[in-house]
Amino acid sequence: MNLEKVIFAFFIVLALTLNFGFFIGDIDDPVHHNVYELYAAIVVSIIATVLKFGDRTHLGAVLLATSLVADLQLIIAAVVWAMVERISETGMTPHTMAAIVSLSGGAVLANVTSVVLLVTETVMVRR
Amino acid sequence: MNNIVFVLLRRLHSPLIALIIVYAVSVLGFVLIPGMDDQGQPFRMSFFHAFYFVSFMGTTIGFGEIPYPFTDAQRMWAVVSIYATVIAWLYAIGSMLAALQNPAFRELLTSNAFRRSIRRIHGPFYLVCGYGDTGSMLVRALTEVDKRAVVVEIERERINALELEDFKHFVPGLCADASQPDTLIEAGLKLPNCVGVVALTNDDAVNLRVAVTSKLLNPSQLTIARAESHDSEANIASFGTEHIINPFDTFAGRLAMALHSPGTYLLHEWMASAPHEPLTEPLFPPTGKWVLCGYGRFGKAVHERLRKESVDVTIIEAKPEITDAPSNVIIGRGTEAVTLQQAGIEGAVGVVAGTDDDGNNLSILMTSRELNPDLFMVARQNSRHNDTIFQAAKLDLIMQRGSIIGHKIFALIQSPMLDSFLREARQEDNEWANELISRISGITETEAPVTWELDISEEDAPAMFAASRSRERIQLWQLYRDPRNRDEILACIPLYCERSDRHILLPDDDTKIFPGDRLLFCGQARAQHMMEWLSGNQNVFNYIRTGEEHPSGYLWRLMTGKRSKARFQS
Repeated sequence: MNLEKVIFAFFIVLALTLNFGFFIGDIDDPVHHNVYELYAAIVVSIIATVLKFGDRTHLGAVLLATSLVADLQLIIAAVVWAMVERISETGMTPHTMAAIVSLSGGAVLANVTSVVLLVTETVMVRR
Repeated sequence: MNNIVFVLLRRLHSPLIALIIVYAVSVLGFVLIPGMDDQGQPFRMSFFHAFYFVSFMGTTIGFGEIPYPFTDAQRMWAVVSIYATVIAWLYAIGSMLAALQNPAFRELLTSNAFRRSIRRIHGPFYLVCGYGDTGSMLVRALTEVDKRAVVVEIERERINALELEDFKHFVPGLCADASQPDTLIEAGLKLPNCVGVVALTNDDAVNLRVAVTSKLLNPSQLTIARAESHDSEANIASFGTEHIINPFDTFAGRLAMALHSPGTYLLHEWMASAPHEPLTEPLFPPTGKWVLCGYGRFGKAVHERLRKESVDVTIIEAKPEITDAPSNVIIGRGTEAVTLQQAGIEGAVGVVAGTDDDGNNLSILMTSRELNPDLFMVARQNSRHNDTIFQAAKLDLIMQRGSIIGHKIFALIQSPMLDSFLREARQEDNEWANELISRISGITETEAPVTWELDISEEDAPAMFAASRSRERIQLWQLYRDPRNRDEILACIPLYCERSDRHILLPDDDTKIFPGDRLLFCGQARAQHMMEWLSGNQNVFNYIRTGEEHPSGYLWRLMTGKRSKARFQS
């Protein structure tokens, strides 16, 4: 067992699970989507990205790319949330909530890709 | 470039993660801790506000407590966060600076910079392995004539010296072992514009490997290698290395030449001089008995040459049993008057100080001068750094090995024809050389002449090529007239003409020129530029041939053509 691999897999899977937890629920209902969960998803996703830095293999490059996509989607979702709460006068509407959740849905897809790649690599190693 | 980013990122894994975690915890703390707004109502910071606050707090900018003044609980958390974030930042910045200072990382940076500077060389370049006395002289001469060079050298100090040099063109230098093929490839051996490899390291085995690598990876390029022993000379020659230079033989050969035919020696010196070097003065070595101090590799080669010239030589050697000296050798260093007197310095005409120690050589010569002030004094100078003291000693002939080899290689690179010319010139006698020398000194001023080749070909000399194919052949004198006034000749001398079937040494003015001929000229640099103009410009060359200015435009040519035709008809 390799501690580095454990931490690596832990963060990648955690990024997916948190992200999924935020994403699930009615798409336009703010009650179903917790802001803390989004925050946790962003933090974990960024940590996962940093962990992928410096891997020079082809797989490492693809993992880094999917992680960067997830970060981008989640950060945009957070920015939209902050803007709608603080800057626009309407406050949270079902329309913007749907936009935020669908952005996080995109991030879920990217995270799923990450996990699939991770699992594939693990299966190929067979050790 | 890519590698650098990756290496840097890998080294910064943990500080970055520490920074993210500290930020995440601080932000979360501010969101969770209840605050109070200006009306005394409970208020909770949003993530946006918390992130904003932590960002300016962590970087110690500090705008104050927003959006409302903090409660004590919030302040307590702020104190914790301030220390945590500042430490995390210091850690991250410190690690980044350490990573940038890391020797391995710096090496990666320099090797990347080296590779970039090689890629930026667009014209042909020469790869010089070994940057000692010879290498530095050669590189300087090459850059002077606008040829590019790349240096590989194993000693850090010499690469530093190279970086401090002020050459006309930038010369990239790599501090690495030239015997490794990877090093040579990194230095651009496989690039199509690497036209030649010069192996000048002081290790024959390394030179051999460089030559082999060069011949295997890029067979078309010119390879010149230095070899100290005859054994490795033969070895390097066996796989088609173009030129092998034995420093001792070359050096001794030049010295013997200087003594027995000073004219030919001077011709060699002038022909192979680097740009802007002053003209060397002619020598008048006397005939008679010579004293040779030092019977090492150099002394042996000199002795052999001098014996062939049937010069009477007395040898002084400190350790005759090691150097395998002949039995009639005088034992001693030659720096003491006793040994020199024993060798008969009073009755000698000249002395050669040929030990491998510059201090001893000077001492030998100074002592000899006291014993016999009329001696012709020849010194072997081993290191370039002793230039000043050797100059101050006012000797008749100073032979510096690095410089002689460097000049020889420079001449080989600059013009392959020059080598053939000098080889044939060596067959001629001293009178012939003296006559040529006086002709050359007639056209040069204070600087040594430059030599150049002229190819009568479509690419190199289109005007001359076209004319040489016409029915009335052009003659040699037409090639070096002043384009501004055909009655004047350019300050140069045609030395050699190479044709598919034969060579002509010092061709006459009325030699007919055929397409494909290659000519070697020597003269002033200005004459070379004029000849370039002449060789490429049809109109100028026509003026030289006929003495008439022909119309260059279509219209004028049409009109004058009609007129001359009309004149012809009438």
